[in-house]
Amino acid sequence: MIPVKFDYLAPTSLEEALSALSEHGDDAKILAGGQSLLPVLRMRLNAPEVVIDLGGIDSLRGIRDDGDAIVIGAMTTHHVVRDHELVREHALLLSKAAAEVADSQIRHRGTFGGALAHADPAGDLGAPALALGAQFVIQGSGGTRTVEADDFFVDLFETAIGDDEILTEVRIPKHTGWGAHYEKFVRVAHQWPIVAVAATVKGSIDEARIGLTNMGSTPLRARATEAALAGASATEDGVRAAAEQAAEGTNPPTDLNGAADYRQHLARVLTGRAVLRAAGAA
Amino acid sequence: MTPLTLEWLMTKIELTVDGAAVSDDVEPRMLLVQYLREKLGKTGTVIGCDTSNCGACTVHLNGTSVKSCNVLAVQANGSTVTTIEGLADAAEGELHPVQEAFRECHGLQCGFCTPGMIMQAVDLLAENPSPTEEEVRLGMEGNLCRCTGYHNIVKSVLHAAGQTEGAKA
Repeated sequence: MIPVKFDYLAPTSLEEALSALSEHGDDAKILAGGQSLLPVLRMRLNAPEVVIDLGGIDSLRGIRDDGDAIVIGAMTTHHVVRDHELVREHALLLSKAAAEVADSQIRHRGTFGGALAHADPAGDLGAPALALGAQFVIQGSGGTRTVEADDFFVDLFETAIGDDEILTEVRIPKHTGWGAHYEKFVRVAHQWPIVAVAATVKGSIDEARIGLTNMGSTPLRARATEAALAGASATEDGVRAAAEQAAEGTNPPTDLNGAADYRQHLARVLTGRAVLRAAGAA
Repeated sequence: MTPLTLEWLMTKIELTVDGAAVSDDVEPRMLLVQYLREKLGKTGTVIGCDTSNCGACTVHLNGTSVKSCNVLAVQANGSTVTTIEGLADAAEGELHPVQEAFRECHGLQCGFCTPGMIMQAVDLLAENPSPTEEEVRLGMEGNLCRCTGYHNIVKSVLHAAGQTEGAKA
């Protein structure tokens, strides 16, 4: 399978990339790691006239400490996110989720920002980013703006990033020392989750933050369960009771992997498991 | 308007493949696996599923494993690529220790997935020289064997790990 013909631009600075993007507008597609875009191009689900490769812009890579947050460059690979000391210390949930993205080869190429900008509701990084209250730094020819996680994911494959804008980095407020677990339910080892739950907890349990993967057109928070868990003790019965509310307000798809009510059942069961493991109680 | 000519669609790339510097004008849409097979004749790297699932086309790009059907040749510009053909000095009749282990443990049936399996196993062992069986199974999750010969593949990787340790001691 071969993509349609396109012109290829390889800018070496963000300014060059932004000017190419404003010149070609709707006809252009941004290439980050390409692990989702290339299959889309090969299956000819998308046929851009111009592909703008961000691979040559070094400033978009890397992870740094910025006081009360860590900042992850959009072109940082899943492999680097998974193993980075700052991520393990201050946002363990992201490390756990990055470890579950596809397979080793894909994690070597696929990028943190690319996956979030792609906004596949079955992608593994949206739910943990939402749970951790990530802030998305987006740059356009008009300047830079920061979008909160609650406003970033708009719909299926749709984010707050405008046509002439590029996601440059993601700020993750520090959750230092919080326990975390990403519970992913799959049919085939390296595939997308049918449902997954991203849970991170402070103590056992002062506060809980829970993101749901593939339970609607965007990643979702299990807010009722979070509220029920705050101040609760991490006993199996208590956590499972709180997890009974995990599917509230969700609108999961029905497809060959499972019906909507089955996914809601999974969300409740997996939330219980994820929280217990995050709290170190299972 | 830019004229839509073949020249317009060509992009020059320069990279190192299996130790040799190569340079070509390629269409931006050409996949790395196509470039390796069709331009360089390195047919040791095979195309299995063509959907970035099966891992048969795995090569090393700047030292880490990638699925070469999911990388554009232009993205490899300026990089170093190692394929199954460059893993050991084949001209001297040598095999890489992981290749040797696959032969020793009968880690293949039809052999189609083997180049990708070996390239991924080499990557896995570079990162984790003494993996447990579970770590091997997890580390190889992006490589499918449709003969379902996983048992001996896992055995081969563990055998290679033991050899690596033996060589070090």
